[in-house]
Amino acid sequence: MGSALETGTPSFVDRFPQEASVVKAALTSSFIALFLGAVFGLIQGLHRTDVFRFLDSQYYYTVLTAHGVLMVVSFTIFFLVGIFTWAVVRSLDRPVEDIRYTWAWYGLMVVGTLMAVVAILGGFVPSTELSADVLYTFYAPLQAHPLFYGGLAIFIIGTWLAGADWFRSWYAWKQEHPDERIPLQTFMVLTTMLMWYIATIGIAIAVVGFLLPWSLGLIESVNPLLTRTLFWFWGHPVVYFWLMPAYLLWYTVLPSISGGRLFSDPLARVVFVLFLLLSTPVGIHHQYVDPGIAEGFKLIAMTNTMFLLLPSLLTAFTVVASMEHGARQRGGSGLFGWLRALPWRNPAFTGMALAGLMFAAGGFSGMINAGMNINYLIHNTLWVPGHFHLTVGTAVALTFMAASYWLWPQLTNKPLFSRPIALTQTVVWFVGMALMSNAMHVMGLFGVPRRTAEPQYEGFEFVASFGSITELRMQLALGATLLFISTVLFVSNIALSTGSPTRTGLGQPLSKPLSPAADSPEVLDNLKLWFGIAMVLVVLAYMLPLASIVGDSGVIDRGVSAAPVMIDLLTGLNPVTAVTEAVSRLSVAIVGVVP
Amino acid sequence: MNIHSYEKIWLVVAILLIVGFISTVTYGATAVGIDMVDDEGGTVNASALDEDPRFSEPRVEQVGDNEYEAYVIAQQYIFNPDPIRVPANSTVTFFITSPDVIHGFEIVGTNANTMVIPGQVAKITVNFNDPGEYGIVCHEYCGSGHHTMEGSVVVQPEDEFEPGGDE
Repeated sequence: MGSALETGTPSFVDRFPQEASVVKAALTSSFIALFLGAVFGLIQGLHRTDVFRFLDSQYYYTVLTAHGVLMVVSFTIFFLVGIFTWAVVRSLDRPVEDIRYTWAWYGLMVVGTLMAVVAILGGFVPSTELSADVLYTFYAPLQAHPLFYGGLAIFIIGTWLAGADWFRSWYAWKQEHPDERIPLQTFMVLTTMLMWYIATIGIAIAVVGFLLPWSLGLIESVNPLLTRTLFWFWGHPVVYFWLMPAYLLWYTVLPSISGGRLFSDPLARVVFVLFLLLSTPVGIHHQYVDPGIAEGFKLIAMTNTMFLLLPSLLTAFTVVASMEHGARQRGGSGLFGWLRALPWRNPAFTGMALAGLMFAAGGFSGMINAGMNINYLIHNTLWVPGHFHLTVGTAVALTFMAASYWLWPQLTNKPLFSRPIALTQTVVWFVGMALMSNAMHVMGLFGVPRRTAEPQYEGFEFVASFGSITELRMQLALGATLLFISTVLFVSNIALSTGSPTRTGLGQPLSKPLSPAADSPEVLDNLKLWFGIAMVLVVLAYMLPLASIVGDSGVIDRGVSAAPVMIDLLTGLNPVTAVTEAVSRLSVAIVGVVP
Repeated sequence: MNIHSYEKIWLVVAILLIVGFISTVTYGATAVGIDMVDDEGGTVNASALDEDPRFSEPRVEQVGDNEYEAYVIAQQYIFNPDPIRVPANSTVTFFITSPDVIHGFEIVGTNANTMVIPGQVAKITVNFNDPGEYGIVCHEYCGSGHHTMEGSVVVQPEDEFEPGGDE
């Protein structure tokens, strides 16, 4: 084994040591965010189910804001910039044009994150003015500290510069390879970034044009429906921004670790083009039950949303077909017998396969959300977080963790600390999420709202048509606990891998698609054309709704005053005291159990 | 472009599924007449609700035989009126707005569900059949006391009902 490894393929870090450092830094930032996000997630899961409450409920929203922002902005996007840098450098087979520039955008993203996180965590310290308990969606007129909006803006500028870095690499490569098709991974990165540039127009206007100056006192009021609509202009495509790195991994890495080859390069390109075109003109589907937006605009968003199912359904086919090809290469046979021939002992494979399976379930609950009329039953209930914990919380998160088991050794030349622990981790995540998400979906159907510290009311009780609410709460809390354990296993496995002995030859080559790029029309690679069409679709979908919102209630609605998020000092238990008390209560409980 | 025949079948089935979804939703919205929240409720000055003819006095009023209109204010952390009393076998159109931040309005266990946005008036129409009592929750985070924000709808037997505001 050892000698085979010594003569194996050179790893990414052997070939591109400077780039590997950036990728490692981005992934490390991502894992830190994941760990902190998981701590907050556990606190939430136990608090809202009333299993264990040690904080006053008003701090629940500080915890929830931190969980949301750390998970879906920091964890996902830091991972994305890491994996995209790896993918561009690897697939173009050339270093970045200027490594100092690469470090600069990474640095900006770190600064932006720290600013926002400081503002959020300030919510735990009532004596400071810092607070950003506005949740991940920061709907005005709830108002956060300017540091929160400023941090967000700087973070996004960092991602814009990162995109420019990858375009620059591609441009330089194209000068040397004028007649070649764009390598698949680079194609995926570039189309995703074009989608991101369009999507972030919305949040840039909302944050820089309205919320930041408003929080600084430069403007008196904002129009809450307008800033909310601009948020969702960005808020839906951002979910594809989380998902596209997972798709990149499913298309280009999963077939190889299944022992086979990607079914079709051309269809992979078609899928990414469809995401570029359709990800943005759909945001209004988050506003199906908003007043102030005409039904016709909602119907248009609904239609676009349904078509957005197409690239995901195509992906389901291609990914499963590529896995089957791999399994048959490994000797699998039969209608379903080939499933047994897949490398289930490989945590990278099992994690990605389980993530894909859960994505199918998430897709089905997403179809309910997208159904404009049936959505009334579940809008803003616990069903919705149940849905996105399957998509971003598993399809994306578990794929990222699984891919890390595969990629991390190639970035460090150190084998993974423990593959059995890694395998256990992916399964624990799957089981934990199955429990938690199931409980959330079901409770949502019974009307239990999302985003609340105590879904227990004085005037009425939730009625379960089957099972019981108490049982569902326990299921949710158990799921959340398993997910926390799984995160700890993941993070510590990666951390302990730094102590592994250095090896050479850990590189893992990627297989070539069965149907190569040459099979597809060249127009697929015409990025200007797709970008142009995407812009036209966005203008068509958003021009009239935005004009009508501004026409009805103005760019700024003077009737609406800011509502800075404040902690009530009189009733609020200081979190520091709360944590101390919680620890002592816990230790008493443990001492009570263990004689 | 070379597309495998299985993949073509899958593509066709996927498109049929999508078109099917769009058709059912469109059918529901147009033919069956499932009423969506839209811009019909109009706008309002959020800081002067007390001067507004619709919201100066939150109330339920009769506008037709079995038809009623309810003017409701959702604010940090109450619904007004509370409880909202309506008669059985009636159709009630709710007009809901907020003087402060964004709230939600959900009659628990039903599909009566809307966002409440300051400056905008949400309009939803609900049919009430049998007498009974329903909870209302605010389902959008609205500040540190969000979890205490609840209300109720009391559907009274027709002969006991009298229109008006909160007692």
